[in-house]
Amino acid sequence: MQGTVESQETRGVIDHHHEHPDFRVLGLLVFLISESLMFGGLFAAYLLLRGLNEQWPPEGTEVELLVPTINTIILISSSFVIHYGDVAIKKDDVQGMRKWYWITAAMGLVFLAGQVYEYLNLGYGLRTNIFSNCFYVMTGFHGLHVLIGVLLILGVLWRSRRPGHYSAHQHTGVAMAEIYWHFVDVIWIILFTLLYILTRF
Amino acid sequence: MAQAQLPLDTPLSLPEHPKAWKWYDYFTFNVDHKVIGIQYLVTAFIFYLIGGLMAVAMRTELATANSDFIDPNLYNAFLTNHGTIMIFLWIVPAAIGGFGNYLVPLMVGARDMAFPRLNALAFWLNPPAGALLLASFLFGGAQAGWTSYPPLSTITATTAQSMWILAIVLVGTSSIMGSVNFIVTIWKMKVPSMRWDQLPLFCWAILATSLLALVSTPVLAAGLILLLFDINFGTSFFKPDAGGNVVIYQHLFWFYSHPAVYLMILPIFGIMSEVIPVHARKPIFGYWAIAYSSLAICCVGLFVWVHHMFTSGTPPWMRMFFTISTLIVAVPTGVKIFSWVATLWGGKIRLNSAMLFAIGLLSMFVLGGLSGVTLGTAPVDIHVHDTYYVVAHFHYVLFGGSVFGLYAGIYHWFPKMTGRLLNEPLGIAHFVLTLVGTNLTFLPMHELGLKGMPRRVAMYDPQFEPINVICTIGAFVLAFSVIPFLINVIWSWNKGKVAGDNPWGGLSLEWTTSSPPLIENWEVLPVVTKGPYDFGGIVHRPVMDEDDDEDE
Amino acid sequence: MEQIPASIWTLTAGVVITLISFWVGHNHNLLPEQASEQAPLVDDFFDIMLTIGTALFLVVQGAIILFVIRYRRRAGDDGDGVPVEGNLPLEAFWTAIPALIVIFLGIYSVDIFQRMGGLNPGDHAMHTMGDHNPAVAVVAAAPQTTATDAPPLLATKTNSVPEVGIGASPDVQGKMPDLVVDVAGMQYAWIFTYPSQGIVSGELHIPVGKDVQLNLSARDVIHSFWVPQFRLKQDAIPGVPTELRFKATKPGTYPVVCAELCGGYHGAMRTQVIVHTPEEFETWLSQNQTMAAIPSPSLVASHTAALGVTPQLLAQVAAAAQSPQPVPSSDHI
Ligand code: HEA
Ligand code: HEA
Ligand code: CUA
Ligand SMILES: [Cu+2]
Repeated sequence: MQGTVESQETRGVIDHHHEHPDFRVLGLLVFLISESLMFGGLFAAYLLLRGLNEQWPPEGTEVELLVPTINTIILISSSFVIHYGDVAIKKDDVQGMRKWYWITAAMGLVFLAGQVYEYLNLGYGLRTNIFSNCFYVMTGFHGLHVLIGVLLILGVLWRSRRPGHYSAHQHTGVAMAEIYWHFVDVIWIILFTLLYILTRF
Repeated sequence: MAQAQLPLDTPLSLPEHPKAWKWYDYFTFNVDHKVIGIQYLVTAFIFYLIGGLMAVAMRTELATANSDFIDPNLYNAFLTNHGTIMIFLWIVPAAIGGFGNYLVPLMVGARDMAFPRLNALAFWLNPPAGALLLASFLFGGAQAGWTSYPPLSTITATTAQSMWILAIVLVGTSSIMGSVNFIVTIWKMKVPSMRWDQLPLFCWAILATSLLALVSTPVLAAGLILLLFDINFGTSFFKPDAGGNVVIYQHLFWFYSHPAVYLMILPIFGIMSEVIPVHARKPIFGYWAIAYSSLAICCVGLFVWVHHMFTSGTPPWMRMFFTISTLIVAVPTGVKIFSWVATLWGGKIRLNSAMLFAIGLLSMFVLGGLSGVTLGTAPVDIHVHDTYYVVAHFHYVLFGGSVFGLYAGIYHWFPKMTGRLLNEPLGIAHFVLTLVGTNLTFLPMHELGLKGMPRRVAMYDPQFEPINVICTIGAFVLAFSVIPFLINVIWSWNKGKVAGDNPWGGLSLEWTTSSPPLIENWEVLPVVTKGPYDFGGIVHRPVMDEDDDEDE
Repeated sequence: MEQIPASIWTLTAGVVITLISFWVGHNHNLLPEQASEQAPLVDDFFDIMLTIGTALFLVVQGAIILFVIRYRRRAGDDGDGVPVEGNLPLEAFWTAIPALIVIFLGIYSVDIFQRMGGLNPGDHAMHTMGDHNPAVAVVAAAPQTTATDAPPLLATKTNSVPEVGIGASPDVQGKMPDLVVDVAGMQYAWIFTYPSQGIVSGELHIPVGKDVQLNLSARDVIHSFWVPQFRLKQDAIPGVPTELRFKATKPGTYPVVCAELCGGYHGAMRTQVIVHTPEEFETWLSQNQTMAAIPSPSLVASHTAALGVTPQLLAQVAAAAQSPQPVPSSDHI
């Protein structure tokens, strides 16, 4: 539109167009409802399969706990770290935000590396048995989400090189990356409980 | 009058405002919701023809009891892709994507959707999905039915089946993106002067639909991902000999696909609530009852999925629980039906094509809904499950319901979309052929099913041949019925009578802008002073009345 | 607004609709003959729903037609209709009536389902013991019924008696079925094994009036065992044992239809159930017991010859019927 139309909008009518408030955060939240149900479907399938099989996990499949626990601690703390970044940007401290976001991205990558390490050293593969099927598909799917989260954070960092791109008043992108990261974290906590803790105890 | 600045003068030619879209804009990644809406509608209709062609091939095969027209595996590929295309590439994209995108911003007084680029992306996921389905025929085509139950789906035509899964995941993603968009748009972007009780019922319907799609689609995606792994990566989620379980797939599938049937009817209900009051010249009867019943259908609809599994691996308590929950859905649906009938009462009903299709829907859908209720009870469903009785049920609600509703919507809003009216005599011919064809094709199927003919068969007991011949003739009538419609649309789009901004004298906001609307919908955003259904009292003088008189 | 017409006309219409509905409900002729104890139960229920459905359909349809005729726009009339926006009592009425109907149907379904035996699958737990370990009963559906030959359907706790399907109806609850038949579905045939009698057959033979229990299993994909005249259907699911328990009430030959899509020749997966008089059944038993019947191609799918089923397919089915392995799946690991 532009030009003519905008100039006509002078009769006290609220223009809803370009300047409409930024709904991206809201959109992301709505989208995350959907995402969590996707995981919900996987969790439901997992719990049903678990209920239908007498031994869970099947004989000879030992769930290893050390690396995943370290990984969990890293991922959960990264949620706090990224929050500092958010606090920083709200104070207009772009450098501070960048610092915390870098750390978060690094922690995410460490988590992924830990995941890969675990995959390489487990006594079972994707096809070994029904538990390992679930294990790899669910953790793999979550890992994909962590990767997306890291890419979002890197995207924020890339954009924040330009001075003024983010500020105390304009940091939707920063907030979105943070929300997504928290989401990934929450899903991990459920996954960790289901796949590791509840199979050991 | 309803809204401010409702322009009622008859233009002599199409408004030549400078910023109209050109034809080639419809082939691009355009972010205007109106372009996207029309892209959806046209693409979906093309898929409808393709899916219909498959149906015609199936009906030709079924004209005789033996398998003599096409190979039985090809028959299964046709039936799978017929169901899939009709549901995922015709009804859902046309009703939600097409009408939803075109109308919601216009109805709430917004210049576009909340996330225009996401919107365009959502549309552009559809053509590749369709292409995948069609290309899968090179590998035999998916043959396990649109439900794709394992183990059949994991052992037959696996490449085609994987392509099928990818196609569904694409349209599923599209539908989730669309839902996010609709929810935010309706929730946040209606003009401030519009109260919630002035929100057109179509928008309520789209809101309810979007919520439903949002929570059910991802569960299907989860199920399909597991299926994909089973087919291609050697996992055994649904392989019983390795600890898997085939019934889990059915739960995941129907948890989505039952709500999916409401995805296909709720927007149509929304169209009904717009078309009927305008052409009956009456306020809608029971605004809140209709709005809330959509939400009620959504909520209850999430807890009825096992009625598709009454003869499957489900324990007795489940069969009973879901019998009762299924029956409950009849109540809010009935409220809607009765409210529309009551809207007709005391009206000044104009029996044009849009209204005829709407009234046709009322009758056909009720029949389908009532047979749905009989299916909802486990004792009867045990007999008729997976028979032609079910096929009859769902074509009555899907064809007699959704397709009739889409046609009603097209006749109603075509003038808004193109600035020209559709031809009435052709429209009426289209309606009569469709009505006759629908009943000829699908009514006898009830008897087939009750008497013992299972569905999804290319070859059947010869005793059923006579009835099948009737159904096949009906299918040809239906195929033929498309011709007057196509001629009508193509001709009227170019040469039809100029409609003017508000040919029907509608009161919702989309009628306050020009036809077709400006690129940014309004030069000045409208101010709502009255509700969308405030007919009565004031005498309107819709432009088309003079022409109507000649016909009568 | 006008009063809701409560005139003599409405009354007449009501009576007429009621009469028509009852007539339709009782004379529809849409269901095949009844040959099991469950069939009349289902049919009565269906008739009632058809009656209610017809009445509702006529009411809605009648109202639409009446209104469309009475309130159609007359030429030259550009006005609007009556500005009615709702009517609370009326709306309450048409919410309450369907709600009541639905509650009634819900309760009635549970009752019918209970009388059909739908609430008691698995009731026979101790009864199959005689010649058969219940734990194997379900997996032993393959023609050669030694436990080792049985396909390893599920090494899990579903390896037990069926808990799914139609079980003992109230009059036989807690009793042993008179006859147990293991039914195995495979692409594209049904194999019936009589474990106590040592018979394997491509057709189901049962005595009239006896309490028969079918243990359903599937070798490859899901099939569904349906006898329209019995009004009974139950999926045969790989890995999930299911059952159907019933009494046939009428001697005769009825089709057994596979109702779940199971591949290209799903439509040809048909055979027969022959309901014998007790004497005939004894004869059949003694004749077949002697020869360790292995289904021949013609036996397995003799009823599908006219349907374009190739001889190769028949041979393949017969071979599958004899092989202990589940039909190969594409676990291309
Ligand atoms: C638009 C799509 C649509 C809609 C709206 C419906 C609506 C309903 N459907 Fe249907 N259904 C399908 C599409 C749809 N269905 C499809 C595609 C399948 C097959 C899937 C497959 O297997 O491939 C299917 C299958 C299906 C089954 C499974 C059958 C089987 O496989 O064995 C059942 C069983 O309960 C069922 C029930 C219902 C019910 C109770 C409703 C209700 O919502 C209907 C409510 C409406 C009314 C009842 C009429 C109006 C109300 C009144 C006039 C009030 C008074 C009424 C009473 C008091 C009864 N449907
Ligand atoms: C909205 C959904 C929808 C619609 C509109 C239709 C429309 C039709 N359907 Fe279909 N149908 C389903 C959804 C739908 N169906 C589903 C979900 C299934 C279940 C699948 C499964 O079991 O998995 C099914 C299954 C199904 C069966 C059962 C198959 C079986 O179980 O073996 C049959 C059989 O008669 C059938 C017939 C028809 C017919 C005759 C039409 C007619 O209305 C079609 C009319 C035809 C046209 C409108 C085409 C006209 C085209 C031309 C004249 C050519 C021009 C073409 C080009 C230019 C390309 N359908
Ligand atoms: Cu076996 Cu269909
Ligand atoms: Cu359903």
